[in-house]
Amino acid sequence: MKAPAFSYLRPENISQAIDFIDIYGDEARWLAGGQSLLAALNMRLAAPSVLIDINGLSELAGISVNAGKLIIGALTRHREIEHSPLVAQHASLLALAMPHVAHAAVRNRGTFGGSIAFADPAAELPACCIALDAEFVIVGRGGERRVRARHFFTGLYETALQTGEILVAAEIPCARDKGRAAFRELARRHGDYAIAGLAVQAAVEGDVLRDVNIAFFGVDSKPVLAEHAASVLEQGAATPARIEQAQHQLAQDLAPQDDVHYSGAMRMQLARVLLARAIGDLVNLETKSAAR
Amino acid sequence: MNTPKPATELDVAFTVNGERVERRVPVRQNLADFLRDTLGLTGTHVGCEHGVCGACTLRCNGVIVRACLMLAVQADGADIVTIEGAATGNYDGAIVADLQREFHQRNALQCGFCTPAMLLTAAELVAARPQASREEIRAHLSGNYCRCTGYQSIVDAVESVCRSRSGT
Ligand SMILES: Cc1cc2nc3c(=O)[nH]c(=O)nc-3n(C[C@H](O)[C@H](O)[C@H](O)COP(=O)(O)OP(=O)(O)OC[C@H]3O[C@@H](n4cnc5c(N)ncnc54)[C@H](O)[C@@H]3O)c2cc1C
Ligand code: FES
Ligand code: FES
Repeated sequence: MKAPAFSYLRPENISQAIDFIDIYGDEARWLAGGQSLLAALNMRLAAPSVLIDINGLSELAGISVNAGKLIIGALTRHREIEHSPLVAQHASLLALAMPHVAHAAVRNRGTFGGSIAFADPAAELPACCIALDAEFVIVGRGGERRVRARHFFTGLYETALQTGEILVAAEIPCARDKGRAAFRELARRHGDYAIAGLAVQAAVEGDVLRDVNIAFFGVDSKPVLAEHAASVLEQGAATPARIEQAQHQLAQDLAPQDDVHYSGAMRMQLARVLLARAIGDLVNLETKSAAR
Repeated sequence: MNTPKPATELDVAFTVNGERVERRVPVRQNLADFLRDTLGLTGTHVGCEHGVCGACTLRCNGVIVRACLMLAVQADGADIVTIEGAATGNYDGAIVADLQREFHQRNALQCGFCTPAMLLTAAELVAARPQASREEIRAHLSGNYCRCTGYQSIVDAVESVCRSRSGT
């Protein structure tokens, strides 16, 4: 189908963008990569009366490091993150996840901020940001505020962003010496949204894990931090027995519901298997034995 | 404060296959429809119109994008290459010509609906990573549906061009 009629604005800087959104409020939507929004318009799932195109706001794009933090501008394209040496060095989790985010042509245009703001429950980047303990920088008429990723995603396609606000950047603490990442997902086809998946960031020494952050996606209406499983894994060497214990503890963290595609029980099983594989990746375990 | 003037039509100027195009376009028109309906360049196909099938893939400023998920007004100032212009010109053109020959030889098309976008998508990979494995080729083409061939012959064709260009 074709998009419904709308009108279009192209601000030249952030402050003008905020002026525009102040006038139109809920009637308007930010247009970033358009890979979710224009698809929704073409399917007539959304009908905003004004699109405010932020693609010209160069101050929103780019990747840098400052004071121990990796800063990713909201308008940075997926493809740039995928190939960024800074990202590979300081937040390798994102580099692992990126090839799973849609397909090459979609990654060339889709943006980091768009993916975070859209908050698809099966999307990879929101979960990565939670595992990395990222903080989002948000600007509105009242100035700037920051929200931790783990408090940002509030429900199905819902976030802490208020009408009139724009996501400007994510700030991610640079991985320290022992920091390691693992990423696993199951999708029907490469690049599709995941059936289930997880992003893990931890400090790893030999087979001992500390500061374990495990964020699942595709298993609930928003990404979920698996704190019970993580605390089991922090109790000692990541032996097959301990990993199995963590798999059991997932019952405390996740409660996947049945939907039209898969049963909750199946998603739970997939989550357990993927957890074992991801932890195996971290400690170079032969995962077959643990991945039951 | 700046008073916004939301537009429903805008003047745009960009290059399509090396030729300059200047037109007034409705803001809600996507780039694929503009190319097909206004410029008569029907090699950019339209299937799903929501980014899933890949049939509308073309090259914008050197990278492949979905023309159904880009507004024509967003192409303002851009350099667009569609299948009509892809096989001529610079070094990339030689890649597309190689791919066309190999698709032909290996029966990598039947109805041809997916083919223009397959060629442009494959060309991006061949140009960037001719040493790509079969697995990487499949991943790169994963966003392009083909309802006829069963994909094997397409992957074969791309692999063969990769091998001849990387000398492996
Ligand atoms: C075929 C296909 C497959 C895909 N598969 C995946 C996948 O496997 N995993 C995945 O994660 N994604 C997938 N996507 C979605 C893709 O990653 C999108 O790029 C992303 O979800 C949205 O980013 P965007 O820049 O395109 O945003 P847009 O589509 O422009 O915007 C999306 C929403 O976010 C809002 N928004 C955008 N930027 C900002 C900002 N800076 N501040 C506040 N609000 C903002 C918009 O107003 C809109 O509501 C897929 C898309 C397609 C078409
Ligand atoms: S028509 Fe654009 S992806 Fe299907
Ligand atoms: S050849 Fe018919 S869709 Fe690919």
